[in-house]
Amino acid sequence: MSLTTTPEHHVPDDGAPTGPTTPPSRPPARQAAREMDNPHQARAVKDILARIVMWSAFALAMVPLVWILWTVASQGVHMLTEATWWTGNQRNINSDDAGGGARHAIEGTLIQAGMTALISIPIGILTAVYLVEYGRGRLAKAISFMVDILSGVPSIVAALFIYAVWVTTFGIDRSGFAVSLSLVLLMIPTIVRSTEEMLKLVPNELREASYALGVPKWVTVVRIVLRTAFSGIVTGILLGLARVMGETAPLLILGPYTKNFQRDLFDGNMATLPTMINQDRGDFALVTAAERMWGAALTLIILVLLLNILGRVVAHYGSVKK
Amino acid sequence: MAKRIDVTDLNVYYGDFKAVEGVTMTVEPRSVTAFIGPSGCGKSTFLRTLNRMHEVIPGGRVEGKVMLDDQDLYAASMDPVRVRRTVGMVFQRPNPFPTMSIYDNVAAGLRLNGVRGKSTLDGIVEESLKGANLWNEVKDRLGKPGAGLSGGQQQRLCIARAIAVQPQVLLMDEPCSALDPISTLAIEDLINELKTSYTIVIVTHNMQQAARVSDRTAFFNLRATGEPGRLVEIDDTTRIFNNPSQKQTEDYISGRFG
Repeated sequence: MSLTTTPEHHVPDDGAPTGPTTPPSRPPARQAAREMDNPHQARAVKDILARIVMWSAFALAMVPLVWILWTVASQGVHMLTEATWWTGNQRNINSDDAGGGARHAIEGTLIQAGMTALISIPIGILTAVYLVEYGRGRLAKAISFMVDILSGVPSIVAALFIYAVWVTTFGIDRSGFAVSLSLVLLMIPTIVRSTEEMLKLVPNELREASYALGVPKWVTVVRIVLRTAFSGIVTGILLGLARVMGETAPLLILGPYTKNFQRDLFDGNMATLPTMINQDRGDFALVTAAERMWGAALTLIILVLLLNILGRVVAHYGSVKK
Repeated sequence: MAKRIDVTDLNVYYGDFKAVEGVTMTVEPRSVTAFIGPSGCGKSTFLRTLNRMHEVIPGGRVEGKVMLDDQDLYAASMDPVRVRRTVGMVFQRPNPFPTMSIYDNVAAGLRLNGVRGKSTLDGIVEESLKGANLWNEVKDRLGKPGAGLSGGQQQRLCIARAIAVQPQVLLMDEPCSALDPISTLAIEDLINELKTSYTIVIVTHNMQQAARVSDRTAFFNLRATGEPGRLVEIDDTTRIFNNPSQKQTEDYISGRFG
């Protein structure tokens, strides 16, 4: 509003609508019928075409998904119904022997994912908090740029980097912990990005409301901002974790398969579901090994699915109440 | 409780842009002072300097002096957090904390600052909600989310939250602009009651509201877009609306521009 506004333009501020309240009148009917018929038909045709394209794209995208799920489920399901699958390991079971379990691999996958989460979550969340709530200027830009780069690093590169540092430079043996370290490199950028997005969604009015009550900034961040974004942050973390659990390259390079129980992250070889799949793939010609492979694949899919469901549940119950 | 505010020669900046220039005024305790003026004239910006909320915005800074009784709000040793505990604020849009219940919203200022003890909190929450004329409407559902209330109730909840920390001064930045006339009336009645114990400063676009609720009125204006806003005059409300000393003020309140 400027001082040059003339009195003629003055609008009474009583809030009453000044525009016409009836819809604009239509052109005479006969003329309109001719003019409007064609565009209407053209629109209807476009609408149908767009629908066809959309539904075919959807169907096309569903084909591989359904195919994979169906193949894995139908081939692997009967392994999962055997009790030893959930309790035993593969010790003294050769490729052409039936039986044995996948518990060693399930445990390995969960332990490594747990260690990965333990390291990545605090680093990822604190980085996101810095970027959204505190970071200004060059340092923040540099960090944000590096997170971008890190999120584009292929998993095999992350694995080789850890190999170079952990095994070659420090001379420490390969182990589950080394695997976790390389997974951390893959997980941190996804946590930073998803947490950042969630923190940006918290309205600035809430921060201001808190400051105006004389609440220090860090308390505001912890108790208001992180609390409001909580469910979104947890969902992002769980989805990131599910993604990382299916990574294979770091496991092959840093944590070779073993048929035994191995719950110690610092003690050499450690079985995981992806490496178990890879192991049995080697003897795919044998029915016994192939069945184990499908079973392990289905088990991994189920684990990831459970994490996804957990993410949804947390998002639902932890979300802002209305 | 209520304290007096003395502002001397205050300039307010956003980075290099000078938004408000050379404001000198006194806000009397236990009274309502209204800021009026066209959009962009800096009245909200100036209001936010009175509890150091302005500097929350990157690049926000001020020059000049703001005294709260004998305390210099911008002294080097003054912690902005302490200032905001003394000078509370209510915003344009009701902004209750969405994750908190009605009770928790009112108790938020105390809890976040480390006050514990259920009976203490219970007492203050009830007192604040009564002070904000909201108690009777919510006393049976204190555990329900604050975001579930109507807009007018939410704004009174925000007022209850602000007075729960027992400030000396209450700043209100267009507190009724998002509300319907009935809720507006409820807030205006509340302002009238609150002024017996607080110093109240209210920014409003509604001149009738300024005339209804305030004891003193300050008129802000700016020469042109891009120029800093200035305080044109501050006087008793009846005088500003009936016999202002400046031509600009008269033009504005009589609707000749703006």
